[in-house]
Amino acid sequence: MPDAATDALLRVEGIHTAYGQILAVKGISLEVREGEIVTLIGGNGAGKTTTLNTISAITPASQGCITLGGEEITHLRAHDIVKRGVIQVPEGRKIFGRLTVLENLQMGAFTRNDEAGITADMEQVFALFPRLQERSSQYGGTLSGGEQQMLAIGRALMARPRVLLMDEPSMGLAPMLVQQIFNVIETLNRENNTTILLVEQNALYALNIADRGYVLQSGYITHAGAAADLREDEAIIEAYLGV
Amino acid sequence: MALPLTGPAGGNAITFGRIRRYIARNTLQIAGFIFLAVLIVSAVYNLATGIARPHTLLQNFFFGLSTGSIYALIALGYTLVYGILFMINFAHGEVFMAGGYIGYFAIIFANDRGWLEQHTVFALFFTITIAAIFSVLIAVILERVAYRPLRGAPRLVPLITAIGASIALQQLFLRLFGADSRRYPNVHYYIEVPGCQVCKEIPGGAMGLDLVGGIYKVTLFGLDIRLRPIWFIVLFLACSLMIALWFYIQRTKRGKAMRAVAEDKNTAALMGIDVDGIIVTTFVLGAALAGAAAVLFLIIPGNGQATPFIGFFPGIKAFTAAVLGGIGNIPGAAVGGLFLGVIEAVGPPLWNIDHQLKEIIVFGLLILVLILRPTGIFGEILSKRA
Ligand SMILES: Nc1ncnc2c1ncn2[C@@H]1O[C@H](COP(=O)(O)OP(=O)(O)O)[C@@H](O)[C@H]1O
Ligand SMILES: [Mg+2]
Repeated sequence: MPDAATDALLRVEGIHTAYGQILAVKGISLEVREGEIVTLIGGNGAGKTTTLNTISAITPASQGCITLGGEEITHLRAHDIVKRGVIQVPEGRKIFGRLTVLENLQMGAFTRNDEAGITADMEQVFALFPRLQERSSQYGGTLSGGEQQMLAIGRALMARPRVLLMDEPSMGLAPMLVQQIFNVIETLNRENNTTILLVEQNALYALNIADRGYVLQSGYITHAGAAADLREDEAIIEAYLGV
Repeated sequence: MALPLTGPAGGNAITFGRIRRYIARNTLQIAGFIFLAVLIVSAVYNLATGIARPHTLLQNFFFGLSTGSIYALIALGYTLVYGILFMINFAHGEVFMAGGYIGYFAIIFANDRGWLEQHTVFALFFTITIAAIFSVLIAVILERVAYRPLRGAPRLVPLITAIGASIALQQLFLRLFGADSRRYPNVHYYIEVPGCQVCKEIPGGAMGLDLVGGIYKVTLFGLDIRLRPIWFIVLFLACSLMIALWFYIQRTKRGKAMRAVAEDKNTAALMGIDVDGIIVTTFVLGAALAGAAAVLFLIIPGNGQATPFIGFFPGIKAFTAAVLGGIGNIPGAAVGGLFLGVIEAVGPPLWNIDHQLKEIIVFGLLILVLILRPTGIFGEILSKRA
């Protein structure tokens, strides 16, 4: 694929990230092209969250390079990366429990000043998740797990993401809700053309909606390829798709 | 069967054992409650027997409200910073002092130009603004130099640094300006009040009030007391500032971002919020209130001397007020401040002790609250999530 380098919207090249002395990410490279869903799968502690947090500059890389649309963002601070449109839905949802649902959504739009656009996007989020509108004046902390996940996604959409980083959005949800969340992710991608990097332990679901995938293990990428191929790969089936 | 025989005896033994264990485990709390009960009983006794004279109590109550307003304004600085960084900024008293000290130069400047006499409101506004700006400057430098490099360090480290910064600031002012007391000039602001019973003659011959420097005999609830209008002005200004702060935090985008940062810094950063910027904003707000409070404190007749050490007592009392209200809790700091100011003023006549010993009441109260209700009167810590 000679054109891949120029095509990539988000490119991660050889990043290393450590917590103190412990290296959690050991030279990961990946790319996400405009309009794609790319999934990053792997077991607990593989380094998925650390990879996303390195892109978001919450845990900055000690080595390597991250570019967005060809522009280097490796050394920007977290809030500047958000300004460029790389928006994360964090693991465990991380709703502001003492802010109302509406205020949580407003925080999602923190970097924006176009009041009319914000209002319009708020309407869209409410159309996508009518539950959030019903609860808009409730504190975030009083929502159920599923509602919190909707709020976390809605909050990220309020930023008008160029790239959406989603960290285990199905974690801890009832099976019916899991299906609903994956439907929403697919809709966002197919209808709004949102570019998504999706971290999941629910590998089967993730590979079903993704275009491409990477498999992460102990801080290294062990497999990469089209989602359809990864679904058929014996080693992956055994390790991550086993029933 | 031996069971019915040993039953009652065993039961009693268990009951006594329980009581003894309960006392052993809760000695401090029980002592606290007994002390509290003694305080209440003696207060009621002193009231009933007339040892605590009602007119003194009433007059001190109003004076206490004005001191309490000052404590409340300072306490907000402690509580705001704690709410975001979970650290006690023990140098906050010196931020207050710096405002009061620089305020002295500002008010002298205004006085020398005749502003204080001819445009009193403007001159006071000018003094408060200069003081607030200077307090803000000190606080911002403090945050940048002393606290930010220590973010992420164990919580004891910034605490000790704050105490060091507090001493460093006192010594800096001492070396720069000397140990002399800087007495604020007497301020008078006359307004004419036609048909006013309690008024006195003002310059020009009419009857009126001196809103800043005056003191007037008033009969309230059948009690003859002496009140200063400035007490009520300070109370009013403090309440206005606190309502403005509340509005800022609840309604504005930056205020909401402050609450988000207080809850979870990483997630706030993921919203595109500049966390360091919000932390600085928090210091700025607290310092501006402290600087304004310092000038208000020093223009109340009887309080008026700035020294490098005036931050200590108001600072530590405001800290007490913040703890009373539940540190991190903004309305709690406001109410805690007012409560402390009133208790400190009313306490000596109420418990028939020397006015010089009023600090004992304040810090006794702090200990009592820490024993009986460590989370403060308002219970829960607002900005901390379970
Ligand atoms: N805050 C932290 N401090 C120290 N080690 C951490 C921290 N967060 C994660 N780690 C370690 O880094 C590795 C990768 O973790 P993580 O990125 O959270 O994995 P995943 O999201 O794939 O479950 C794990 O070994 C984990 O123990
Ligand atoms: Mg994870």
